[in-house]
Amino acid sequence: MQLAVVASLLVAVTWIAGNTAANLESRGIASGFGFLSSESGFGIIQSLIAYDESSSYGRAFVVALLNTLVVSAIGILLATGVGFVIGIARLSSNWLVARLAGGYVEVFRNIPLLLQLFFWYFAVLRNLPSPRQSISVMDSVFLNIRGLYLPRPVAGEGIGWVWLALLIAMASAGVWWRLARRHQDATGERRAVFWPCLAMLAGLPALVLVLGGAPLHFEFAELRGFNFVGGIVLIPELAALVLALSAYTAAFVAEIVRAGILSVDRGQTEAARALGLRRGLSLRLVIIPQAMRVIIPPLTSQYLNLVKNSSLAAAIAYPELVSVFAGTVLNQTGQAIEVIALTMGVYLVLSLSISALMNWYNQHSMLRGRG
Amino acid sequence: MNWLRNNLFNSPLNSLLTLASLGLLWLLLPPLVGWALVDADFHGSSRADCGSGGACWVFVINRLDQFLYGLYPLEQRWRVNCVLLAPLLFIVLARSRRAGRIRNWAAAIGLFIVVATWLLHGGWGLPVVETTRWGGLMLTLVVAAVGMACSLPLGILLALGRQSELPVVRAVCVAFIEFWRGVPLITVLFMASVMLPLFLPEGVSFDKLLRALIGVTLFESAYMAEVVRGGLQAIPRGQYEAAAAIGLGYWRRMGLVVLPQALRLVIPGIVNTFIALFKDTTLVLIIGLFDLLGMVQAAIADPAWLGYSVEGYVFAAAVFWLFCFGMSRYSQALEARLDQTTHERN
Repeated sequence: MQLAVVASLLVAVTWIAGNTAANLESRGIASGFGFLSSESGFGIIQSLIAYDESSSYGRAFVVALLNTLVVSAIGILLATGVGFVIGIARLSSNWLVARLAGGYVEVFRNIPLLLQLFFWYFAVLRNLPSPRQSISVMDSVFLNIRGLYLPRPVAGEGIGWVWLALLIAMASAGVWWRLARRHQDATGERRAVFWPCLAMLAGLPALVLVLGGAPLHFEFAELRGFNFVGGIVLIPELAALVLALSAYTAAFVAEIVRAGILSVDRGQTEAARALGLRRGLSLRLVIIPQAMRVIIPPLTSQYLNLVKNSSLAAAIAYPELVSVFAGTVLNQTGQAIEVIALTMGVYLVLSLSISALMNWYNQHSMLRGRG
Repeated sequence: MNWLRNNLFNSPLNSLLTLASLGLLWLLLPPLVGWALVDADFHGSSRADCGSGGACWVFVINRLDQFLYGLYPLEQRWRVNCVLLAPLLFIVLARSRRAGRIRNWAAAIGLFIVVATWLLHGGWGLPVVETTRWGGLMLTLVVAAVGMACSLPLGILLALGRQSELPVVRAVCVAFIEFWRGVPLITVLFMASVMLPLFLPEGVSFDKLLRALIGVTLFESAYMAEVVRGGLQAIPRGQYEAAAAIGLGYWRRMGLVVLPQALRLVIPGIVNTFIALFKDTTLVLIIGLFDLLGMVQAAIADPAWLGYSVEGYVFAAAVFWLFCFGMSRYSQALEARLDQTTHERN
């Protein structure tokens, strides 16, 4: 049986390899990854690192990968935030709030993501006004068909001191937290932790910033001719992708959060209250840690889905991995096998490493049985 | 009154939330209803008939034919309608006394695939309709139905392989499953459209639709395998051992004892995978097939109807939503019923 499987696999692989080699030869395509170092000759509308037409395909690959990571990171943050709020709202004792949250979940998770993406991009963002008629907020944030323009912080002389202050604040907040912890272990008294730490973290850098003569100013976007220059621009493709991905994934996250909280036995809440813990504390110390054990594994798989779904960007030409690499580069070079293999490889490495991490966490946090 | 006090205004915070929610509804609902119904235009034949400022459903109504059938020839559409009647036959079969036998189901589905392919594609007396003319909701349903019908058995085989005692089989199945689950569907479709032709001998060419179907099936079968594996793992060891003790071989052990119990446990998971598959069918438009969303997208770009993208998307969203919501409700009902029967037995 096993021999048969191995043999048929081998036959299939050699057959495919033979066909491929013959096909490549007849089309005159050289195989190998040498093309990565040749000049790309195309531009990319959003890149985090220096890139222009004369950069290599390899560099285009890195730019595209970074763009994938950017959209995934923003999407994950937003989806988690919105998802937790909606998930908790679904369990609210308020009938109307629970119904509204339920409606959100049912609407957004039952409509294909690609359709939502098209809606945001073609129906909403493409209908924004032209740069001259931009919607502006206090003349510093501008929204138009070319994107969302935000002021860009520019560091001046002496910004290093502010960073130093932030570091010191972080260190002292950590020390304060440990001291309070030790104090509670020793005496049972609780000391305030959150507010003092927040004051340190926000106050110290702000103080240094003011004392140092504000070595930080903002560069505002300005209308010049037909377009805005300066500032940070959020291109509409990115905005549409982030909106669609986070609204869609949030619906799934909400369901996971709801299931997680429901999975914690009612007795746990009652026991925590019986011990005299306040509502907030019992939630934070008893309910949430137990719910997290149920929430985290499916949550990670949702994050993975989000990363994989970000490849739908190819449909609206946001320059991420699939649209730049499996699209433009593939068309220009014709190196189908190498390009697709590299693209799939990236996603594969990402998901396998995250699921390995997940398995490790699972084993780590599993309920330890007695005996 | 009591209900209001208990459910909406039982604490200051809740009262505030209620008021905020009502405010939100007040902001959203009246304009929405006004746009979609009150101010909307339903009758007419061109954009000139859409002047009232609301939704222009004239656009959707005029293009409905294309949204449903794509470019399928007008005089041949009865064939598509015939195929669409098939679910009724399945419901009749499900109600009949023979429904319990898995063999009957397999035979019925096999027969249906043959007849449906003949009806849709043609040949043997019917004029041939090339798959390039297939489109709209009909294509969506074809991709979804084929994906479901093929990925379930393949997924079951993969799940069995993953649990197998033969290390080679297990390794192959694990690698297969993890590979497909690790990559996005869109790269799979890209691969099916640019790499598959390279893998085959020269001169052999595949229909574009068939390539997409292969891609979708392989992709979803990996997800299906993981769902089925959950069910296999939930069956107590004793069942496996008892089946072996009465002298059943591997396939009968699985087919008669383990799988019937395991599949029943994971029906909700299977339906969820079907829902995901149904939503994923939209991705075929990226490799140039015109499913429902693809037809809508093409119609929006038509200069005669510029500016009605929202109407088109809302229509497509409503169709997809009805299918997916229906399936999820069905799965919930099924779950509740299964829960009930297992509790009764215990």
